[in-house]
Amino acid sequence: MRIACPFCGERENGEFTYLGDAAPKRPNFVVDGGESPERIEDAFYDYVYLRDNLAGVMREYWYHGGGCRSWLVAERNTVTHEFIAVTAAPGAGAASAMRAGE
Amino acid sequence: MKYSIFSLARAALSGHKGWTRAWRDPAPKSRYDVVIIGGGGHGLATAYFLAREYGIRNVAVLEKGWIGSGNAGRNTTIIRSNYGLPGNTGFYELSMKLWERMEQDLNYNTMVSQRGIINLYHSDAQRDAFARRGNTMRINGIDAELLDAVQIRKELPFLNYDNARFPIMGGLLQRRAGTARHDAVVWGYARAANEGGVDIIQNCEVTGFVRDAKGKVTGVETSRGRIGAGKVGMAVAGSSSRVAAMAGLRLPIESHVLQAFVSEAIKPLIPGVITFGAGHFYVSQSDKGGLVFGGDLDGYNSYAQRGNMPVMEDVCEGGMAIMPMIGRVRMLRQWGGIMDMSMDGSPIIDKTPVDGLYLNAGWCYGGFKATPASGLVFAHLLARDEAHPEAALFRLDRFRRGAMIDEKGQGAQPNLH
Repeated sequence: MRIACPFCGERENGEFTYLGDAAPKRPNFVVDGGESPERIEDAFYDYVYLRDNLAGVMREYWYHGGGCRSWLVAERNTVTHEFIAVTAAPGAGAASAMRAGE
Repeated sequence: MKYSIFSLARAALSGHKGWTRAWRDPAPKSRYDVVIIGGGGHGLATAYFLAREYGIRNVAVLEKGWIGSGNAGRNTTIIRSNYGLPGNTGFYELSMKLWERMEQDLNYNTMVSQRGIINLYHSDAQRDAFARRGNTMRINGIDAELLDAVQIRKELPFLNYDNARFPIMGGLLQRRAGTARHDAVVWGYARAANEGGVDIIQNCEVTGFVRDAKGKVTGVETSRGRIGAGKVGMAVAGSSSRVAAMAGLRLPIESHVLQAFVSEAIKPLIPGVITFGAGHFYVSQSDKGGLVFGGDLDGYNSYAQRGNMPVMEDVCEGGMAIMPMIGRVRMLRQWGGIMDMSMDGSPIIDKTPVDGLYLNAGWCYGGFKATPASGLVFAHLLARDEAHPEAALFRLDRFRRGAMIDEKGQGAQPNLH
């Protein structure tokens, strides 16, 4: 498995560290916003523990620690290990620089 | 047909022509009291205990491929009960006790060999942690001995004791641990379950669940037609999320690939099982002479049953660090299996929120040693609708309740367990 880092080019996957599914989003509640504790608990339970665990194409976070040290988002097929696309993770410094055309 | 020294002698004298099929190959009936999805060790053991201990004989085990073709045939065959946390300690010891009588129970040679396991330690802190685990085991009636470097050197003189980073200071020994022949475990349970009346149906893939108006599961759709069921039990570790998704469930599980390796056969060298947890390398020697070894997960979600080169390199480096002599041995085979990695590293054996559907999942990479106990407690759950006392903590809702059984203390990061 080789990963085409948008900054460094194609590298072997030993340079990268895996975080996991990019789909779960941290729930965002306003402190003392009147939301019921059960709903908040449910949302966090879902975010921390439950996974789709897809057999097929999945969006996931990789960290290129052995290279540019950027967080990346990859689309990869979990059945074949084929990478469909690798892009900088949104919000990463390098990613915003890239969007700004630097 | 009962196997014994006499049946062997009789068959030998008649040119081995008298052997009969070890289990039938029936067509699926239209309905069973219990349908178990997954013809691996756990599914077959469950069927066996349902028939033998709980008197439920109208049972089918459905297997997508051939029995034992998944993780039951892809593990490194180690059995042990050296766990430290409540929930795990008693459960794995129950399993160890069942291993010790398995061959008599099943009338089948599963080659259970209690050759011992040594977990090496390399620092004061690690020694203290092992001393604590050993004490926990002994308090619970499980054998454990804490050895120092001198004692380890007597048993395993060939290790590298002076590694600068990981000098061997000693190890935790469980003498009753060891290995078993993984395929024989599958075949032994299949044969014994068959004798108890269980239908083992191979090449039968479950493609969906049949639900009634209230949502209760009343059967399964399969590649060989619809099969009705009073209850359906899932024992499909590796693919639990995919099967559960057919019933609309999401699980606290990720599927990851774990690789294992066998070297060319060499003369008897390693007396038991050696684990080098600090570098994550473990090794034993099969009766054929090959060194059977492995290490970490690859670390990414996968259903591919094959891994990648960086982990092979990492495992071999771990082996070279602790046992430099194996550098002269050639690797013969390498393969991967798909692990049901749960969010706390411990299994789930419970009812699901879907009526009539029962779950046996989340075995991470410790499923083989659990095979007999997993079968017993899952059969108990299916038969009585309540958890077996030794599996009472393996609940599906423990993550929501904050009652995790996190042996490694890694948190909800499945690829680190």
